[in-house]
Amino acid sequence: MKKLNLKLTFWRGVFLLITIFGILGTIIRFTKGLGAVTNLSDDFPWGLWIGFDVLCGVALAAGGFTITAIVYIFNLKKYEELVRPAVLTAFLGYLFVILALLFDLGRPWNIWHPIIMWNPHSVMFEVGWCVMLYTAVLAGEFSIVVFEKFRLTRLYKIMKSIVIFLVILGVVFSTLHQSSLGSLFLIVPEKLYPLWYTPLLPFFFFLTAVGVGLSIVVVESYLSHRAFGKGLNIEILFDLVKFSIFIMAMYFLLKIMDMAKMGALSYLFQFKYETFLFILEFLFLLIIPMILFSVEKVRTSETGLFFIALIIVMGVILNRLNVSITGFESYTGYKYLPSWIEVMITLMLVGLEIAIFSKIAQYFPVFKHR
Amino acid sequence: MSKGMLIDITMCVGCESCVYACREQNKLEKGDTGVLSAYNWTIVQQYGDEIYVRKMCMHCLHPACVSACPVGALEKTKEGPVIYHPGKCMGCRYCMIACPFKIPKYEWDNVNPKIQKCIMCFERIREGKEPACASECPTGATLFGEREELVKVALERIKKEPDKYVNHVYGLKEFGGTSILFLAPVPFEKLGFPKGIENTPLSEFTWKALSLTPQIAIGGAVFLYGLWWIINRRIEVSKSKNIEKEQK
Repeated sequence: MKKLNLKLTFWRGVFLLITIFGILGTIIRFTKGLGAVTNLSDDFPWGLWIGFDVLCGVALAAGGFTITAIVYIFNLKKYEELVRPAVLTAFLGYLFVILALLFDLGRPWNIWHPIIMWNPHSVMFEVGWCVMLYTAVLAGEFSIVVFEKFRLTRLYKIMKSIVIFLVILGVVFSTLHQSSLGSLFLIVPEKLYPLWYTPLLPFFFFLTAVGVGLSIVVVESYLSHRAFGKGLNIEILFDLVKFSIFIMAMYFLLKIMDMAKMGALSYLFQFKYETFLFILEFLFLLIIPMILFSVEKVRTSETGLFFIALIIVMGVILNRLNVSITGFESYTGYKYLPSWIEVMITLMLVGLEIAIFSKIAQYFPVFKHR
Repeated sequence: MSKGMLIDITMCVGCESCVYACREQNKLEKGDTGVLSAYNWTIVQQYGDEIYVRKMCMHCLHPACVSACPVGALEKTKEGPVIYHPGKCMGCRYCMIACPFKIPKYEWDNVNPKIQKCIMCFERIREGKEPACASECPTGATLFGEREELVKVALERIKKEPDKYVNHVYGLKEFGGTSILFLAPVPFEKLGFPKGIENTPLSEFTWKALSLTPQIAIGGAVFLYGLWWIINRRIEVSKSKNIEKEQK
């Protein structure tokens, strides 16, 4: 018990330090403007906050719609215990994305404008609406847990009876949202590096989101297990990792075929920074997980499965950062690295999300009592 | 009746009158020469010894920035200029990502930042005047007029003096056409002009995916509901069969 306390104090110290710097950064951000705290410029208008906080934030929230679809639509009740943690992760993930947007948008007080000022020809307009609608759906899905906790039986029953509609809406909005984040980059055929640019970007974003959604649930289950000692079902983790690898294999098969069609395969043989990053993506998303999974010792251990899932998660993070940041560097001829304040604010938001998650998990019936 | 400008690079002497006229007209006090920025909407770049090239918003006929803006803060007016409504803007900077000419610039040092770029002196055009840069140009290198007329003028100049010009009017077809047209003595790639996808506005690339949204939304919802219904039904049927068996 003593050991655990010590560990918590260490992490609390780190979080405290990050928060202090994060708050300082926030004050400068909102008194001096974006230029004072970020390394963004007219050459690089989007950086870490869009590339990581928004693109990765949304991708890593994909566990919500994949697990609800598996349990409610495909009726695989075996995975039911994953629903609540996955929905909570997705809900907090979306709130985190909105919060990050408030930092990144130049005029955050106008964030609601897409509600009344329409431009249906804009991908960003669709992205905005998807964020709003899916966050609302997630609030609905999570409200069941709240109603259960406070024994609001009538409301609980009402929400339970419409849960299938919420799930279907959630899957539809998520599909649109995940893919539209890829569509954002369809408008830059001459700017985005050929290893990443393809008309199939929206589909690929969706596919990898489904894959990483399953992996993130494994990561989160494992970590929650370590933190709260809740039961861990290795059979379920095994299935999720297997599916995740299967989807990534499908992704890479299609990606290679598409590259052949686009004439982008030759870029694989150029000795360049981008080639290295693309191959790294490939290794993280598929090759290393596949090799690890083929080892019996790894795939039969909870920790082994956790690491495979973690590597897939890192692969998707790399992919999103490549599409939104590194893929532009050869066009602009300028390398972007986030400023330390950008990093601190991001870490502060991530830390905040984890802290809120663990508080909610403590007080609400999120994990099944096993 | 869409207006435009024809910029004949062979006639430009690099005096930068346009730069100063622009700065005065649009009250760009912080103006810094040499680079386009939120405080400098046009520049003249020197290539080699005698070639001077103006850089500014091209006022595309189907602007990528206008299609990209989620709230319609950028607008292609029927008069030709692409203008900006700061009151609508949320500052997402997707226009900056989308523009193939790297034109929209941002007030990075402002807490209430605006997107800034050349607006072809929209107010002056409405009053029936020429944009400031065109009226100040001493050599006539920047010519203002109806785009259709300017296209004719440009083609005529090439026809008259084929040795002086490359046989290409930049902006006629690039990215679906632009309101600003250029004539040059050397190929445009050498002057920093993007190659440009002919006859195809960039917005078509996103629209191909975006226009599928209603089908995916409605089709997806119906499909998922159907799937759920069938799976559920089969489970119920098999359950009731089991019960029947047990009863027998």
